[in-house]
Amino acid sequence: MSTHPETPSGLSVSGLAEHELGRRRFVGYLLAAATVTGAAQLGIGLGTPAAAVVPGVPQPADLYDLNDLLTDAARPTANLIQVVVDKDGTASFELPRAEVGQGITTSIAMLIAEELDLPLSKVNVTLSKARPELIWNQMTGGSNTIHAMYTPVRVAAAIARGALLDAAAIALAQPHDTLSVHEGVITAPGGASISYGELATSAAALVTKVVDVDLKPKSDFAVIGTPRRRKDALAAVTGTKQFAMDLDVPDALPAMVCRAPEHNGTVRSVRNQKDVEAMPGVTHVVTIPTGVAVRAGTFGQCINAVRALDVEWKPGSVSGRSDADVLEELRGIQRPMAVPNVEELLGTVTDVAGGLTVGLTGGLTAADVKTLDTDYIFYTRSGSPLETNCAVADVRADKATIWAGSKTPIVAAESIALELGLPPTAVTFNVMESGGSFGRKLFWDAALEAALISQKCQAPVRLMWHRADEPRQGRNHPMATSRVRTVWAGDNILSVEQQHTCTATDYRHGFGEILTSSAISLPAGVSNLGVSETIFVTSQQVPYDFGVTTQGLMETTSKAINSGAVRNVYSPDVRTALELTIDQVARKMRLSPVEFRLKYAKEDRLRRVIKQVAAAGSWGRSMPAGTAQGIAVHQEYKGYSACLVEIDCRPETVNRKVRHGVTGPRVTKVTFAIDCGEVINPKGVEAQMQGGIMDGIALALTASTHLEDGHYLEASWDNYFYTRQWNTPPDVRVFVMDPVTDIPGGAGEAGVAASFAAVACAYARATGTTPTSFPINHHDPIGFEVKSFVPPVPASPTDGLSHTY
Amino acid sequence: MPNYTFTLNGEKVTVDVEDSERLLWVLRDVLGVRGPKYGCGINVCKACTSHINGKAFNPCATPISALDEDDEITTIEGLAGSVGKDLHPMQEAWLDADVAQCGYCQPGQIMAAVATVNKAHAEGRSVTDADIDEIRNICRCGTYVRIREAIKAGAGKMG
Repeated sequence: MSTHPETPSGLSVSGLAEHELGRRRFVGYLLAAATVTGAAQLGIGLGTPAAAVVPGVPQPADLYDLNDLLTDAARPTANLIQVVVDKDGTASFELPRAEVGQGITTSIAMLIAEELDLPLSKVNVTLSKARPELIWNQMTGGSNTIHAMYTPVRVAAAIARGALLDAAAIALAQPHDTLSVHEGVITAPGGASISYGELATSAAALVTKVVDVDLKPKSDFAVIGTPRRRKDALAAVTGTKQFAMDLDVPDALPAMVCRAPEHNGTVRSVRNQKDVEAMPGVTHVVTIPTGVAVRAGTFGQCINAVRALDVEWKPGSVSGRSDADVLEELRGIQRPMAVPNVEELLGTVTDVAGGLTVGLTGGLTAADVKTLDTDYIFYTRSGSPLETNCAVADVRADKATIWAGSKTPIVAAESIALELGLPPTAVTFNVMESGGSFGRKLFWDAALEAALISQKCQAPVRLMWHRADEPRQGRNHPMATSRVRTVWAGDNILSVEQQHTCTATDYRHGFGEILTSSAISLPAGVSNLGVSETIFVTSQQVPYDFGVTTQGLMETTSKAINSGAVRNVYSPDVRTALELTIDQVARKMRLSPVEFRLKYAKEDRLRRVIKQVAAAGSWGRSMPAGTAQGIAVHQEYKGYSACLVEIDCRPETVNRKVRHGVTGPRVTKVTFAIDCGEVINPKGVEAQMQGGIMDGIALALTASTHLEDGHYLEASWDNYFYTRQWNTPPDVRVFVMDPVTDIPGGAGEAGVAASFAAVACAYARATGTTPTSFPINHHDPIGFEVKSFVPPVPASPTDGLSHTY
Repeated sequence: MPNYTFTLNGEKVTVDVEDSERLLWVLRDVLGVRGPKYGCGINVCKACTSHINGKAFNPCATPISALDEDDEITTIEGLAGSVGKDLHPMQEAWLDADVAQCGYCQPGQIMAAVATVNKAHAEGRSVTDADIDEIRNICRCGTYVRIREAIKAGAGKMG
């Protein structure tokens, strides 16, 4: 390690890429601090996007995907991240990202443990509160955390290690290069040793220095790539893991909101405010833009007050409308397919194929050109995690403090400040670990409500949404149609065109800022697209060599339906539509689904995962009638996945009864393979894939919301039907492939798309009928008693002791 | 408001709350016992699953007035203590299988798992896949596969 003294004022944020000295040598900082503190700039270690060298016509996402976009957005603006070694010998790091169950606190701790040669148990990773100076670099999304943080975190840790070694060389009076480090203890050749804790103060820098550092070579990795348990597992299983609603903020009493019967309805007047204010425990009743809030001694008292409120409501944003109306709106804005159908194509094949000069050879004539048009509907679904929207807020006259799970705490704090009439610097946003997100924590709906209620009540509040509020008033994954036109001749696919149409996806969480900042570095032709189209184009890719390949997105402009980017965003629907389509084309070509995918896969990394699941999952084995296998693939987040499922659609399975539960077809076996590049924690990746599989099963078979006359009907987990134990496959195997690249990809969302598509393909093969809308049970009669809209939340039952076991 | 006395995690407690207050809010908002989680309040998601006299039940659907003075309530915080250990064998199995993701549902899942295994054992048999299929607890992260593994492993250690 060499050092170059420099004052903090000289810390230039520009041109760091030029400072990257070879493959694993980077520049960071040893900060002036009480104990040794290594620091690094976010954005280092990520080279320019590799040029795609693929046959056929590359799509934008081949060249420049969402990960590159998010990473480039971070490059010029980010400030330093710091790894601190303390006097007790532990290392700590405040992670400017959200932990929502995806396991990044463990993975990041592993990177620090690796570079510092510390036991994982001695690394503490906590979540950073909103740091406005990070600007665009405190957003958690696009499964980008590991990709973006991999090198900077290691550089900061390696710099701290170097400083500790320098201090040890003095303390032990031995040359630097004779010392060895093991589990936070530095040992000299004679056996004398000194611990990190003992050195933490003497190794600290008096002035900030710029430091060159070599990262550990992969051959020396002892932590990265090894399976590790989550660091917070003990807290989770003993009930001590603290979520926002578990905080003890003084005087922060429970609060809930009485919401309109219709989606986005608003308050006209409250008829019985005084009566409700006099109810047991109730301290305040206040009107906010989204309803009437009550603050009380317990949440039970809040529920009673919400149910007692007599409110005159204004209509909602989709008053009188139902699913069929939304679908009709989508049909109305669908783009016409650009590629003509087969009749028009006859005789003009080479014109359509353009520069590809695809000719009809091997005795084929224009009459051999075939077209298949497919069209699928994907109904609305809720992205709600088990922890409902919630936040703690303490708003005073001149400042506000928020505690909430958030993937966008900077823009959340700034937006809340604006609504409260406070300067942005007056709002402190503490990021809590979340009970799931699936995209929900991109928005700050609950934090804003809590802040407004606290301001109106002039008292701190602990705001929580009722479960019934979530599917009815929360953010949904938009309803979509996806149409695919495939044109082929013999075994040549000439063109594939996919047009995806959906209701608006709300990206007002600051994504726009990222895009603005990134626009100048986007390849030509991408920078002028709208936000949705840009997300679509940079995340979607057809992983097959299909001649002329186009994918387009059209969204409604109205934000009438509360929406957001739910886990894996467009990909589950887009990929399911295409994978179902190619199974039909494969059948016409007399190729098995596996043969077809291996034949047309663009890249060997994709072929590798297909072969893995085909072999491990015994593709093609004989199965009874009414059961079948299905396979699908996906490419995103710099990774490749394949999923092989077996499904049982026999009547005795489909019609099995579970009280208040949806049964239907059961996925009996899943074999999944993921190549997500360099893997930090294979156990964490496996967990994410298992979760993605459960999502995929729900999306294919059971999970949707129904809009009827301006209301969403669902109000419970027995209405909105996510996968339950009785839908869970008894046999699930996940293979995390050995990396063939040292670039880490993303895993948090990567499991959903291939799983959804594979279940859909298996269902089609088992029943002989390709479904055209999802989930497959959406059009079944509503299988539950719809809960009341006034009052908007159900009473808690009183017969709990009748259901003990 | 009336006083209610019961045993919570091995200790007698007395609370002064309305008759209809559900036990979940007595635990969380009055007594500050926050292992049992809210996920629906209508006895569907099962995130608050705890034990009454050794059997699984849901505090969100149980008014405080339904409790007797000699009822013993065990939440996740008291589970290990109920077998006189630092960790219940089911909690150990959960750690071995690295079940938890976000962790929000896990206290309820573990309490449900212990009751499901106890029920099978009381009937003189091992826990089966069919028993596990009956567990209604939601896990929105989708940890169901590892829950199944952990229940079987934990059952073995529960003897």
